[in-house]
Amino acid sequence: MFIVNYIKDVFNALKSLAIGLRRTLFYFTHHKEIITEQYPDNRATLHLADRFKGEVVMPHDENNEHRCTGCTACELACPNGTIKVVTKFDMTPEGKKKKAIDKLVYHLELCTMCNLCITACPSDAIKMAQTFEHSVYDRSQLTKVLNKEGSKIMEGVE
Amino acid sequence: MWSFSNIADIIHEWLNKTFNATLATLFEMVIAGVCVIGLFAVLGLILVIMERKVAAWIQIRLGPNRVGPKGMMQSMADTLKLLVKEAMTPDGADKFLFNLAPYIAMMVAMLLMAPIAFASNFMMWNLNIGVLYVSAISSVSVISILMAGWASNNKYSLLGAMRSGAQIVSYELSAGLAILSIVVLSGTLNLNEIVLSQADGWWIFKGHIPVIISFIIFIIAVTAETNRAPFDLAEAESELTAGFHTEYSGMKFALFFLAEYVNVFIVCAIGATLFLGGWMPFHIGHWEGFNHIMDFIPSSLWFFGKTFFLIFLIMWFRWTFPRLRIDQLLNLEWKYLLPIGMFNLLLVTAIAILGWYF
Amino acid sequence: MVEELGTNTEGDLIINVGPQHPATHGVLHLVITLNGETIKKVEPHLGYIHRSIEKMCESLTYRQYIYVTSRMDYLSSHINNHACALIVEKGMQIEVPPRAQVIRVLMDELTRIASHELWWGSMAMDLGAFTPFFHAFREREAINEIMEETCGARLTMNYMVPGGVLDDLHPDFQRKVKEFISLYKRKISEYDEIVTGNIIFQNRMKGVGVISAADAISFGCSGPALRGSGVSCDIRKIYPYEIYDKIEFDEVLETAGDSFARYMVRIREMNQSIRIIEQLIDNIPEGDFQAKTKAVLKLPKGEFYQRVETARGEFGIFIVSEGGTNPYRIKFRSPGFSNLSALDHMARGSKIGDLVAMMGTLDLVIPDIDR
Repeated sequence: MFIVNYIKDVFNALKSLAIGLRRTLFYFTHHKEIITEQYPDNRATLHLADRFKGEVVMPHDENNEHRCTGCTACELACPNGTIKVVTKFDMTPEGKKKKAIDKLVYHLELCTMCNLCITACPSDAIKMAQTFEHSVYDRSQLTKVLNKEGSKIMEGVE
Repeated sequence: MWSFSNIADIIHEWLNKTFNATLATLFEMVIAGVCVIGLFAVLGLILVIMERKVAAWIQIRLGPNRVGPKGMMQSMADTLKLLVKEAMTPDGADKFLFNLAPYIAMMVAMLLMAPIAFASNFMMWNLNIGVLYVSAISSVSVISILMAGWASNNKYSLLGAMRSGAQIVSYELSAGLAILSIVVLSGTLNLNEIVLSQADGWWIFKGHIPVIISFIIFIIAVTAETNRAPFDLAEAESELTAGFHTEYSGMKFALFFLAEYVNVFIVCAIGATLFLGGWMPFHIGHWEGFNHIMDFIPSSLWFFGKTFFLIFLIMWFRWTFPRLRIDQLLNLEWKYLLPIGMFNLLLVTAIAILGWYF
Repeated sequence: MVEELGTNTEGDLIINVGPQHPATHGVLHLVITLNGETIKKVEPHLGYIHRSIEKMCESLTYRQYIYVTSRMDYLSSHINNHACALIVEKGMQIEVPPRAQVIRVLMDELTRIASHELWWGSMAMDLGAFTPFFHAFREREAINEIMEETCGARLTMNYMVPGGVLDDLHPDFQRKVKEFISLYKRKISEYDEIVTGNIIFQNRMKGVGVISAADAISFGCSGPALRGSGVSCDIRKIYPYEIYDKIEFDEVLETAGDSFARYMVRIREMNQSIRIIEQLIDNIPEGDFQAKTKAVLKLPKGEFYQRVETARGEFGIFIVSEGGTNPYRIKFRSPGFSNLSALDHMARGSKIGDLVAMMGTLDLVIPDIDR
């Protein structure tokens, strides 16, 4: 009986190995199963999900106007101190003083893309952009000012 | 017809006409040496790219595809990188042995090249004890691994080297027994004559099941002897980082790497010679017409085709199986391969004496 | 005690596995005492990736502290976030809409499968088989894409918020999940072919790293590490949260207590997760995905504890609140830390190769251990 079991063991072992070999041979011969994406080459066709959280941006319209009132809700919501809102006072045509943003400083290097600032914003002034190629040569380049030069707040946004 | 043996004859005649016999022999030695080193370099490049492609396709990847056409120059680029890298020697290492070890690994691989018949009538040394020579020299390779592991002054290296020692010494046995079964059948130790004895069919077909069993044992044993996965315990990346060559870098590491691949080539060449007829074309018994057609394919192609098939087999194993544990490795040898191999050798001997092979 | 050559007074070899070592999958540092190849002692040294997350959380509000827990056990970040959201809801008695509950459970189970896929691949790699790693990533990638579409991120989603989920499901979600299920069902048999059925693999796993049920409990193991020893400990069954008490699924138990049992628990758990997803995917109720909550969340004064079942075991959050917007003290009970403590007990007397296999089956995620 010992000999029979011994031979059975050897046979079963070889069989289990052969099953594994058959599966890898299948993949070796079926190149259609290859899943590699050749990233820098497929940039043109690369599809990113429209909710992908890449970086915080502030959309501007064609008149260089944004929707940010400078309420600092995003700054308060941020867990890492990524956003710093610098405000100034503008003069309205009626001669009143009005609070507006001077700069919205965004530190990409601190950002964890948690989306809390976007949900906190009452006027939908900021949103997540679908970019992911963030490498730069110098860390200082990661500190960004989100509002464009000379931009002002859109009419009707309070 | 142009063949390797013709070229060799022409060079031999020309040298003997131009110089006296001693000088001619010296020149031939130099030519052979240069050829071996050239073959080494080419084999290293081809086998590395082949391994990477096989691995990639099995792992549903593309593999190297940037350097050169379809990535075929990738191994050239790698070699260049290794050449310009600093070859460091660790502080506490035994400097002499540490630097000597990779060269011994290379030398063993080079020596093994001598008795192999690459094509009909084309071998460096028509040695009448070729089989014995191969099995004797291949056991020397363990010395380089032990040397590297001990001299590195690294505990991982030492463990890897000790594992490798136990492994190679044990697996020599069953590889030897598997080789013996062919020696018994063909009645000669000369590798060229073993090839010639397969003119009416390769041993794996002529010798019934016992030869197939010894072929399987041979493949398993040489996989272990060349430290290839699933028997790569000496390197065991996830356990011992890189085993015996943890401390090696640059060209010294490359020599170990190259020696591993050349060793794989050599053991596969020997396997092809013994079991698959070496350079002998595919012949079936007395089908003269069929055999004649097969003879049109050059013998060197047959040899390299069979060898590369066996190399693919070993690579295929590597990328499919998990690694064995050290005690299981020794169990496999002493409880399974060796008894089966011995019993099998008896069977083969009986077949040879009774003349039951085709 | 440790001499220059790295041997102790008894002549045993002392080896540092890590902090940089291919088998530890991170910066875990194990000091192992060896007699030849046999392990006499394993001593984990922690703290290489300690980021004082618990202290950080004390200065964050109850909305903000969720994202930090994604960085602990990054492979089951959804489930960690889930626990954070649950404890706030428990403290403030927020009613979570049914749609949000279903979405949360779906996401949890997808995360669990993704985590187990990665574990399967990396464990096979520990044992020297490289190919399964890439095959596992094929299935994991499908889940990551689902996550990316709905949550906007692939690994650290931060999708759970107190009172529901951050955003509604993507319109493609159901179709993609069904595609994933069919892909999974086609490919899961290959796992058996390449790894589970392989004789070398079985010999490496069976009978090594055995831990009895009593020992496993006393070391505080949880999750598959404990269920492999035959102890019923699935938080989803014994302390059901969300809608787990209304879903049909089996708690996976194996009795052998060895590495292979822990392996089989995880493999079978993936099938159970698929079962849960199949039940829910066509029955997502309509409605809000988020409850209306106050702008500023304040937990009442008191102590709160919430546990969930992550891919690795029981994850617990303990909060002491003074009634303010930040927790006064927060403590995370991470499954990896307790599971790691059993490693020494399991590994004594086995070989180095087995140690790697055991670490694989414990499925250690180092940031989860150190926090």
